[in-house]
Amino acid sequence: MSRRRRDFVERVVEWALRACAGVSILVTLGIVSVLAVETFQFFREVSPSEFLFGTVWTPLFFQKSFGVLPLVAGTLLVSAIAMAVAVPAGLLTAVYLSEYAPATVRRVVKPVLEVLAGVPTVVYGYFALLFVTPLLQQVLPGLSGFNALSPGLVMGIMILPMVSSLSEDALHGVPRGLREAAYALGATKMQTTTRVVLPAALSGISAAGILAASRAIGETMIVTIAAGQQPRLTANPLVPVETMTAYIVQVSLGDTPAGTLAYRTIFAVGMLLFVSTFMLNLASNWLRERFREEYA
Amino acid sequence: MTTVDSDTAIPSLAGVASLVSERGTVETPTKVDVRGLSFYYGDMRALEDVSIQIPEKQVTAFIGPSGCGKSTFLRTLNRMNDIIPGVRVTGTVLIDGKDIYGASTDPVTLRQHVGMVFQKSNPFPKSIFENVAYGLRINGLAASKTELADRVETSLRAAALWDEVKDRLSASALALSGGQQQRLCIARALAVEPEVLLMDEPASALDPIATQHIEELVFQLKTNYTIVIVTHNMQQAARVSDRTAFFWLGKLIEFDLTSRMFTAPTAKLTEDYVTGRFG
Repeated sequence: MSRRRRDFVERVVEWALRACAGVSILVTLGIVSVLAVETFQFFREVSPSEFLFGTVWTPLFFQKSFGVLPLVAGTLLVSAIAMAVAVPAGLLTAVYLSEYAPATVRRVVKPVLEVLAGVPTVVYGYFALLFVTPLLQQVLPGLSGFNALSPGLVMGIMILPMVSSLSEDALHGVPRGLREAAYALGATKMQTTTRVVLPAALSGISAAGILAASRAIGETMIVTIAAGQQPRLTANPLVPVETMTAYIVQVSLGDTPAGTLAYRTIFAVGMLLFVSTFMLNLASNWLRERFREEYA
Repeated sequence: MTTVDSDTAIPSLAGVASLVSERGTVETPTKVDVRGLSFYYGDMRALEDVSIQIPEKQVTAFIGPSGCGKSTFLRTLNRMNDIIPGVRVTGTVLIDGKDIYGASTDPVTLRQHVGMVFQKSNPFPKSIFENVAYGLRINGLAASKTELADRVETSLRAAALWDEVKDRLSASALALSGGQQQRLCIARALAVEPEVLLMDEPASALDPIATQHIEELVFQLKTNYTIVIVTHNMQQAARVSDRTAFFWLGKLIEFDLTSRMFTAPTAKLTEDYVTGRFG
């Protein structure tokens, strides 16, 4: 191949790659701008304070009310239950895999955990509705068929691999020298793990937890299927609730005419969702960067 | 994992070790008595039949080319190699006459008595105070807060660091310079009051002035501690140590008074190494 032809091919390849990268940036910008425009339209009719602080959410009813707090409460409740499952279990799994497990066990367990992360969320949703809820009802007679508890627990199982895998990376990143220093002072394995390795990995572990929270808040299928669709301002996990994501699904599926105020609510809710997960992701990235700096 | 086979190990002392026992005869009491120690990483033998008597309250230097096993040998003395999977030790290591690989020895307790300073300074990402207090806390060595503070101060003084850090004990240890971090690691090791201090190339990452600080410190510390120092720097061995052991390909070639090792070594290999003909 001549020099000229080679240079030409190189340039074509470079431009093709640049275009591919450009597409994802353009799509992101497009999504954000559609969200922003529709949200702006929504707030021309409903005041932001009514939206953010109102406690009744009935945009599809004749008596319309646009207080988003019931949806926020539903989202936070389910996410909190999920985090209560995923963070302790995920962290303990990570500690076991990183500090205690022999290499052979790690080689088996890590891929198995990653399979958990690959199960389609719709499967988790029906697992929550048709298996976990009936099971829980035998213990908790007051539990509704749709509730926050069961999807919360199942979501916790779903995000567990994420917590454990990222935490394990953080623990693994703690320099061996720190462990040796602790052992050389007469620390036991547990003292080394709890008082040296875990604190040293804390920023990385926090990043994992925050990313998992972001994932829980944005998770849609499980809550749509198993949590019910009743926007309700409550902290009771036994009754049906509706999350922000489930509400967006509800409106998108239904026969709400495009361009109406009721239709625009999903963009306002979507914007709120986007801003909160975006902030969480930023926080998580910031923590991870800090962790990397400490042990560069 | 760890097998101690002293019955077969002791007779085999004869070969390499005869040189050591003739000229390295120890007048001062022996603190660490190693007999026929071999060490394996999996199937690879890293140390072969090492026997040495390390005298109490003196500085013993281990020299030799990279990969000769001197660091590995140092780490057998506080069972630091135990945390690496797939290693095996044969032979005996007696400290104060007690076999540290024996069934009754707990490696965790052993390491409180045999402290270690590493090649790369490794302070915990905590405050200066907490770094030194760590060993005291986990071993429950300080009964009260005042005692804890006292012992932290004593250790920092012993490591010649107190004057530089006394006004910022709560600052992060990672903010200290490399030489200060290494002295902090020495203070941390001294805080639990070990009897033996193992130092694995403690100055190899430091500038000449920081190195000089460490060497002076080593010289002072030997009044209270038995010090074993690994170094790739022969001038350093000559400056700080009372006795020097030369390792080559996993074997202890020669062990003698430092003055004799550097002026009139017995083995041809030692002579070639200390005069810089290889290594």
